[in-house]
Amino acid sequence: MLVLLAVVVLVAGLVARINPLAVVLASAATAGLAAGLPLLELLARFGAAFNANKFVTAVFLVIPTIGLLERHGLQERAKQLMRGLRGITLGRLLFAYLLARQLTSAVGLTQLGGQVTMVRPMLGPMAEAAAEQDGAQVDADRAKALAAATDNIGLFFGEDIFLAIGSILLMKGVMEGYGMKAEPFALSMWAVPTAVAALLIHGGRVLLLDRRRKSASGEAA
Amino acid sequence: MIGLELVYALAGAMFLGFALVTALYRRDRKGRATALLWGLIALSFLLGDTIGDMANGVLAIVIVVVAASGRTGAAPASNEGGQEAAASRYGNRLFLPALAIPAIALAGTVLFKSVPGIVKASDATLVSLGLGALASTVICMVWFRTRAEAPLREGVRLADGLGWAILMPQLLASLGIIYAAAGMGTAVGSLLDHVDTGGSLFAQVALYCMGMALLTVLMGNALAAFPVMFAAMGAPLLVTVQHGDPAAVAAIGMLAGFCGTLLTPMAANFNLVPAALLNLRDPYGVIRAQAPTALAMLAANILLLYFLGFSR
Repeated sequence: MLVLLAVVVLVAGLVARINPLAVVLASAATAGLAAGLPLLELLARFGAAFNANKFVTAVFLVIPTIGLLERHGLQERAKQLMRGLRGITLGRLLFAYLLARQLTSAVGLTQLGGQVTMVRPMLGPMAEAAAEQDGAQVDADRAKALAAATDNIGLFFGEDIFLAIGSILLMKGVMEGYGMKAEPFALSMWAVPTAVAALLIHGGRVLLLDRRRKSASGEAA
Repeated sequence: MIGLELVYALAGAMFLGFALVTALYRRDRKGRATALLWGLIALSFLLGDTIGDMANGVLAIVIVVVAASGRTGAAPASNEGGQEAAASRYGNRLFLPALAIPAIALAGTVLFKSVPGIVKASDATLVSLGLGALASTVICMVWFRTRAEAPLREGVRLADGLGWAILMPQLLASLGIIYAAAGMGTAVGSLLDHVDTGGSLFAQVALYCMGMALLTVLMGNALAAFPVMFAAMGAPLLVTVQHGDPAAVAAIGMLAGFCGTLLTPMAANFNLVPAALLNLRDPYGVIRAQAPTALAMLAANILLLYFLGFSR
């Protein structure tokens, strides 16, 4: 039970706005000590974990290309593209992206989106321009945050329909540990109702952005 | 066979390049510590697999100390401008190299998985992503006729803007491992055992789904939360006692966990990194944008499991 102190340290540190990296180290130290790990073993375990998770940082390999393209106008081009489209609104743009992201993730094409490769250079500026274009009540920060959120939501509630994704394989492994028969196909089919719910709930939310805007401008007129 | 070593060598070379261009071109007072930070990360990528666990632990702490010292940061903004004109000049072709990265990554993944013996199947995705990034960089350099160091200078501009957020996903993943080793999952699981559901199926389903979300919020990863919650409630109670469909209990439980992922700063790569990438004023802006959807989806998952997962 003492190990729960580590969560207290984490939350308190983040609330107090101490540098998050330092807070993470402090929380790891608390968890390790609470569990009675000797300090040197804790250091070695953290070192091993840090090294084993280097691949998480490897996604940043794409930033030189993204940086070069941005220097040559990629973000501006994404905005120009929006200005050329009639009838595009923030809600419609994000709804279309949500649907596309769910469908492509469901057939295993999870890499087609992503925060570094898609949202920062393209979807974010597009959302900003679309919101600007029709006098939105949504400021630029909010439009970009919604773009990032839509990418995550489309991915999370699409990818589990694909058979060969990590979470399905994990579930299969755990269930077989209990002697349960686990068909990946059955697991993936059970992800479909939730995917539909996500499209309705989040899709409805982003489309409502347009309605609010239109009724607001209607009152003004 | 080629594996993650190739990705680590590429990443190590990139961060080493960031350190060099920072040391060479930056003259402001934050330049030196920033160069040191990128150099240390390069060291971790290039030598991490050879120096041993203890040395990696020390290296991780030194990296955090430098990154948290307040002496690192972006260079003073130098607005060279001209992006509007460039955008009109290059047109929609600008999207092609950006889309080439995922296209090459996908093609490579499919190729390496269907033709065994070139790249380890488990590493095919990351290796292909690394190759896609490299190929796309070369295409851009040729197209824009840039100098050799241009990709590094543009890349480090983005990296400086990200700052500490660039390390957060890796550190949090490490924290999750320490939490798991320290028994965090079982501690939360036994805490949930004390909740009285009064034998009501709906209350049990709700507690199971909310427990998945809560544990994911704490550990930052639904995959870490799933074995704990499935052991605590899923298998013994919902499947064995209540005769739920095992696949439904597992799959919808996992998706309830994903609702937690949308709510937690612990899932830094999905929530904190984008806020930094998009220069949001509020570091929790993405979480705030996701919260209404996440809570509604948690409710939806509880209802879906309750109504569809149990034969009555």
